[in-house]
Amino acid sequence: MPQDLFAQIDLPRVYRRRRFLNDVALSLTGVAVALAVIPLVWIVVYVFLKGMQNINLDFFIHLPQAMGTTGGGVTNAIQGSIVMVLVAVVVAIPIALLVAFYLLFHPQTLLGQILRFSTDLLAGVPSIVIGLFGYAILVVPFKHFSALAGGLVLAMIMLPIVIRSAEEMLKLVPKELREGALALGAPEWKTSLSVVLVAALEGIVTGVMLAIARATGETAPLLFTALGNEHYNVVAYVRQGISQHQSIFQILHKILAEPTDALPLTLWKYAQQPYPERVAQSWTVALVLMFFVLALNIGARSWLARKRRQTRG
Amino acid sequence: MTQSLAIKMVIRRLSVFYKSFQALHEVDMPVYEHHVTAIIGPSGCGKSTLLRSLNRMNDLVPGSRIKGEVLLDGEDIYDPGQDVVDVRRRVGMVFQRPNPFPMSIYDNVAFGPKLYGIKKQPVLDGIVEESLRAAALWDDVKDKLKQSGMALSGGQQQRLCIARAIAIQPEVLLMDEPASALDPIATLRIEELIAELKQRFTIVIVTHNMQQAARVSDYTAFLMMNDQRAGELAEFSETAILFTTPKDKRTEDYITGRFG
Repeated sequence: MPQDLFAQIDLPRVYRRRRFLNDVALSLTGVAVALAVIPLVWIVVYVFLKGMQNINLDFFIHLPQAMGTTGGGVTNAIQGSIVMVLVAVVVAIPIALLVAFYLLFHPQTLLGQILRFSTDLLAGVPSIVIGLFGYAILVVPFKHFSALAGGLVLAMIMLPIVIRSAEEMLKLVPKELREGALALGAPEWKTSLSVVLVAALEGIVTGVMLAIARATGETAPLLFTALGNEHYNVVAYVRQGISQHQSIFQILHKILAEPTDALPLTLWKYAQQPYPERVAQSWTVALVLMFFVLALNIGARSWLARKRRQTRG
Repeated sequence: MTQSLAIKMVIRRLSVFYKSFQALHEVDMPVYEHHVTAIIGPSGCGKSTLLRSLNRMNDLVPGSRIKGEVLLDGEDIYDPGQDVVDVRRRVGMVFQRPNPFPMSIYDNVAFGPKLYGIKKQPVLDGIVEESLRAAALWDDVKDKLKQSGMALSGGQQQRLCIARAIAIQPEVLLMDEPASALDPIATLRIEELIAELKQRFTIVIVTHNMQQAARVSDYTAFLMMNDQRAGELAEFSETAILFTTPKDKRTEDYITGRFG
């Protein structure tokens, strides 16, 4: 090695060049960030401006009025979305968590591989096809569109998202944690439930929120299963049920067995109608839909933050 | 060593296999009651495998099987009639990386007793305090028992894990390099703790650190890989003897730092 290794090299020039390349790369990432964020901001601001024009309390608590007249609301769609997403959550999450735990424990078994493969396939099935499937097995046999059919179809859409994210999160839990509980003599189910699941909870909830956001926005599968119903009103069903001394089962049946509306369904229908009032309302529906998902996210995150203070300090 | 020597565990011709790979080959050694037995040896010689076969944690590894016997008070813990849960209640374990559960300090310690049906609050309170005192952690945490165990420092977390392990009053405590993830001061406190704990428990500790083995243990087992890369017991004797006048040439080479 020559003694004056750097004598022949113009070091200031090398450094200048490095600084220049650094500036170029930094600018490019800045442009990329802007390109990624602009559509989001644009959508949010646009929907907000359009949607705020006729937002009021009536919009949330009243049923739609006759076409061509002003006023009325979309409480049918809001309540329908809540009911169907709730059904989807109640059905999909326990199944998804059980599957995720199975995949965690038996990643290489034949059943494990089949499960993982079919989960990926299910995630890739177009939602309208899932809707059609729901129509064939949940609507045709009962000769009735229903909230239950809609909720179950949404559950099918949530399943692969929750399974894969939960599996990844469970895999991240250090194996020492599981072994620590087993070394105390804890049974596997107790270890999974009160140690491993809790340790992975944050990631799992994030996955669940993503799945809920996705399900809440689904339109196509509900066309074939929930159909739409401008008179759907859970509050009224419950009130009526109580005044007629119906059982909880009867009230639940009424809530779940009726054709049902949903926010994206209403948005889709209103946006293509020739009445300007309805088109304007479809923007408000879009706004409510966005904030519904946002509110769920904020709720889940603040719950998690509180939980984390308890478990992680 | 003037006290009477009672044998707590006997490892007899123990071989452990992971699928076709043999990790341990015919290990024979005793574990004396109320003494600390250290297991030392180069990386990959099967120290952890040996330790984990003493409370059947190797059962969790798919494809693992054993030959030979591990006697606890004269009964083979691998006997088909043995309840693995009972083995793990009597033989507790502390791991290399502190692994507090994602729950409060109190719940961490009460986790074990609750598993065995202890539900009464005053009883649990007593166990939690006594265990934390025994682990020299009580004074640090008595005002924040409801706080998360994961918020403690590394050394405190490890002492919490020790408190959790002794809360179910095991007879033997297995420690798998319990201080290797800790700083020197925390390490010292763990070593002091081990010296106290051996009054109540029989302790088996795996360590990478020969000085640590020399400091904390009464007996030392030196494991070595044979030609088939399976761990073998090269030498077992009183720690003072093993480190000063080893009988085996391999032991001498290892403790003088000629390899490993």
